[in-house]
Amino acid sequence: MNPTLARLLQAPAILLLVLWMIVPLGMTIYFSTIRYQLLNPERTGFVGWGNYVFFYTDRNFWPAIWNTLTLVGLTIAITVVLGLALALLVDRPFRGRGIVRVLLISPFFIMPTVNALIWKNMMMNPIYGLFAVIWSFFGLDPVDWLTRYPLYSIVIMVSWQWTPFAFLIFMTSLQSQDQEQKEAATLDGAGFWPQLWHLTLPHLARPMAIVILIQTIFHLSIFAEIYVTTSGGPGNRSTNLTFLIFQQALSSFNVGVAAAGGVIAIILANIVAIFLIRAIGKNLAV
Amino acid sequence: MKPLRTTAIGLALAAAAGAVATAGEITIGTINNGHMLVMQELTAAFEEQNPDIKVNWVTLDEGQLRQRVTTDISTRGGQFDVMTIGMYEVPIWGARDWLVPLEFSDAYDKDDIYDAIRNGLSIDGTMYAAPFYGESSMIMYNMELVQGAGFDGIEDRPSWDTIREIAAAITDRDAGIYGICLRGKPGWGENMAFLGTMAHSFGAQYFNNDWTPAFDSPEWNAAVTFYVEMMNESGPPGSASNSFNEILALMNEGRCGMWIDATIAASLMTDPATSKVAGNLGFAQSPNAGTVERSNWLWAWALAVPAGSNNQDEALRFVEWATSQDYIRLVGETKGWGAVPTGSRQSTYAIEEFAAATAFADAELEAILSATPNPTDTIPYTGVQFAAIPEFQAIGNAVGQEMTAALSGDISVEQALANAQEIADREMRQAGYY
Amino acid sequence: MTDKQKARIRHNIAVTAAWIVALVMFFPIFWMVLTSFKTEQQAIAIPPLLVFEPTFENYATINAQTNISKFAMNSIVTSIGGTLLAMLIAIPAAYAMAFRPTRWTKDVLLWMLSTKMMPAVGVLMPIYLLCQWLGILDTRISLIVIFSLMNLPIIMMILFNYFRDIPVEILEASRMDGTTTFNEITQIVMPLAWGGIASTALLSIVLMWNEAFWSINLTSNNAGTLVALVAGYSNPQGLFWAKVSAVSTLACAPIVLLGWLTQKQLVQGLTFGAVK
Repeated sequence: MNPTLARLLQAPAILLLVLWMIVPLGMTIYFSTIRYQLLNPERTGFVGWGNYVFFYTDRNFWPAIWNTLTLVGLTIAITVVLGLALALLVDRPFRGRGIVRVLLISPFFIMPTVNALIWKNMMMNPIYGLFAVIWSFFGLDPVDWLTRYPLYSIVIMVSWQWTPFAFLIFMTSLQSQDQEQKEAATLDGAGFWPQLWHLTLPHLARPMAIVILIQTIFHLSIFAEIYVTTSGGPGNRSTNLTFLIFQQALSSFNVGVAAAGGVIAIILANIVAIFLIRAIGKNLAV
Repeated sequence: MKPLRTTAIGLALAAAAGAVATAGEITIGTINNGHMLVMQELTAAFEEQNPDIKVNWVTLDEGQLRQRVTTDISTRGGQFDVMTIGMYEVPIWGARDWLVPLEFSDAYDKDDIYDAIRNGLSIDGTMYAAPFYGESSMIMYNMELVQGAGFDGIEDRPSWDTIREIAAAITDRDAGIYGICLRGKPGWGENMAFLGTMAHSFGAQYFNNDWTPAFDSPEWNAAVTFYVEMMNESGPPGSASNSFNEILALMNEGRCGMWIDATIAASLMTDPATSKVAGNLGFAQSPNAGTVERSNWLWAWALAVPAGSNNQDEALRFVEWATSQDYIRLVGETKGWGAVPTGSRQSTYAIEEFAAATAFADAELEAILSATPNPTDTIPYTGVQFAAIPEFQAIGNAVGQEMTAALSGDISVEQALANAQEIADREMRQAGYY
Repeated sequence: MTDKQKARIRHNIAVTAAWIVALVMFFPIFWMVLTSFKTEQQAIAIPPLLVFEPTFENYATINAQTNISKFAMNSIVTSIGGTLLAMLIAIPAAYAMAFRPTRWTKDVLLWMLSTKMMPAVGVLMPIYLLCQWLGILDTRISLIVIFSLMNLPIIMMILFNYFRDIPVEILEASRMDGTTTFNEITQIVMPLAWGGIASTALLSIVLMWNEAFWSINLTSNNAGTLVALVAGYSNPQGLFWAKVSAVSTLACAPIVLLGWLTQKQLVQGLTFGAVK
């Protein structure tokens, strides 16, 4: 394969993505500098940094940034740890392993909206929810999850959905681990933890990098779970950046300010990406 | 660019062949509530009378429908031929010529529609949307629980203190019985619809005469403080995420003593198939703390035809059909008289079968007729639970969040109202009111 | 106790734990399916009913109220179409990047990933206006194009990693024999990476099937997917848990079944890819 052919093969993907990025991004940047309120079309004109200032000075701006980062950090921590633990548990032959695997990966296929509806109505509802029933059974006061712990409730929902993803990737990677090496280590008297630390985790470095990267991308823009359950509340306790932009764009139809928010979100996402790539990029083995 | 565009359109059309709506086919955007679903089921009757028209439905929840139709209408997208919108949107959209003025035959009998509703959907006497059903707010209560707590019933227009007293007497947390259930889920059409109305009954208002927001007034403080205290005393757990549906479920299960909300709920609680309290309900006009004006809201879901529609004639024929007296009769005869859309036409209440089938009709009608949403010397806006200006959605949503935070105890009522004032002030300034 | 016995006990504990966690993880889905066969009254009964006479009333209602096959067809066409389009673009590109890496390759990949970080809600108006300008609002085409572009970075990333794992020696041997690039891709790379390609495609179908934002905001009557159907049931007036469970079960069943059926494939594919 000569270099020209290699470039030709890559060209469609790169060109399309450039278009996909440049055109909407260009329009977004343009919108972010003008007055553009769908319901007030007669007010137009250039406002410079006005929309950015309006978005940035929103009292929910910093809480939203903080919530976004908490949400991403917590769900990744939970899904990676839980996914790894599950993968280790299932990494041995036993009867019904196929069924266990199927049960464990199923939540990943559920629509985010449906996920949120199940948890809100059937699990976490303080009166009818199963948690409330279990709590009452043990003589405890049912917890009003979505009011008391709104952000953690969202974390639970998202983790439920994404743990299977981490589990799946880790499980398959484990299957290719060098068994002879492990047996040798066992004969040498190395216990479970030293083996995990020195053999298994290094083996999982790249899958872990992939899981973290992909999940970060998806979790930075969590939306459906918040929209269906808490609407970002109470107050701003579960408002993330995406939801804040949504409030501007679709509930007040202020396209200008929403565009400014979008640009800020892209910048934030890229900052996070740079950090991540610094931290785990070397594991990607390019 | 022109040839490129033409090519692109050509390609897209070729690819989407068959997917493009043809003339004679109309698309209706609607919300997923009971009356609208009945309308969908009866579409066949309309298509039979109008064989040249085929009707397609797009059903979404209220919030999503509002987003969809607003993006569509403000960009003249033309994706919908009929839209289900409310009293809040009609004056704003009508004034921008986004809606087609409605002209119907004499048989339609426009004057049969209640004045308050018709005026709310008209600009200078021209109707821009036809009411599908109208509603106000009132007290609906579980007779057994109220009487069990030692009260004969609830009088019309009681004081809020009376309500609080009855609620406290009913509440039995160990048994899972709560004296009063009220909306707490944030949103301008959710908790703010109720709280705004309640605040008005305390003499508060959204905006002062100069359009500065009035959330820093002592009346707002009194209303919200009362609301939070009463809900902590006698409300169910999880109130911060309760809205119409959640409370309806609680009422139907017999877990709530009282509920102050849309009158339409009455018809949903009187169906024995879904409600354990059917036949055991009492109704009373809304409470107040000294101000009767705007102590109950007025709302109508209405059908309108966007100016961007390519099938306006067909769309108008559908709107005329679905909001006519004949339609109401059709529903009564095929789906039962308890299921007819109420609150829009006087003639409905003259139908004997309807009066016989519904215990709530009188209370509902009184509430609708007593609603006072028009601007006054001191209140510059139209609307009770809302203010009919484009900025209200944003303000209502953000302020609703603060109220939920106050209800869940995260912040004090004072703090919540101070935040609300700041939020509203920012939006009004950004919109150039002052 | 001998070491063997200890190991057996440990094994049994691990298996039991795996079963318990699996059942707990699956429980919400089981509960949703169960609820879909209850009446609305039974759905909110306390204590919750485990044993009851199942009813098909909810499914009948949904079937009567909506043209569910149309929504299902749209979901199938857009998710499979979007996946095919994305794979068509991604396979050659990922192949070239994996076997002809330059010093820019890593940066290009990460840049691609960063395009995925644009929050959809921030670019709604631009995309909406573009679709309107092109006249493709409410068509499957618009969803297919958007879905594939949206997921292209993820697909590229995963495919790239699979391709990287193919031993270069195999390719070099075939090149000595004078194989063309086209043959190299179709006859050597594709078969070797088949599991990886299949599982990437499956992942892509799942993501597209469940995509909610664009499916709801760009469609009305013609191209609405199952996600849009669920949205119509997600918060109606009156009691709705049983009905929403039924519609959710219908909407999720095809993709869960697909996941189950291809589970083996999925495991093999990922084994090859994510592992050195």
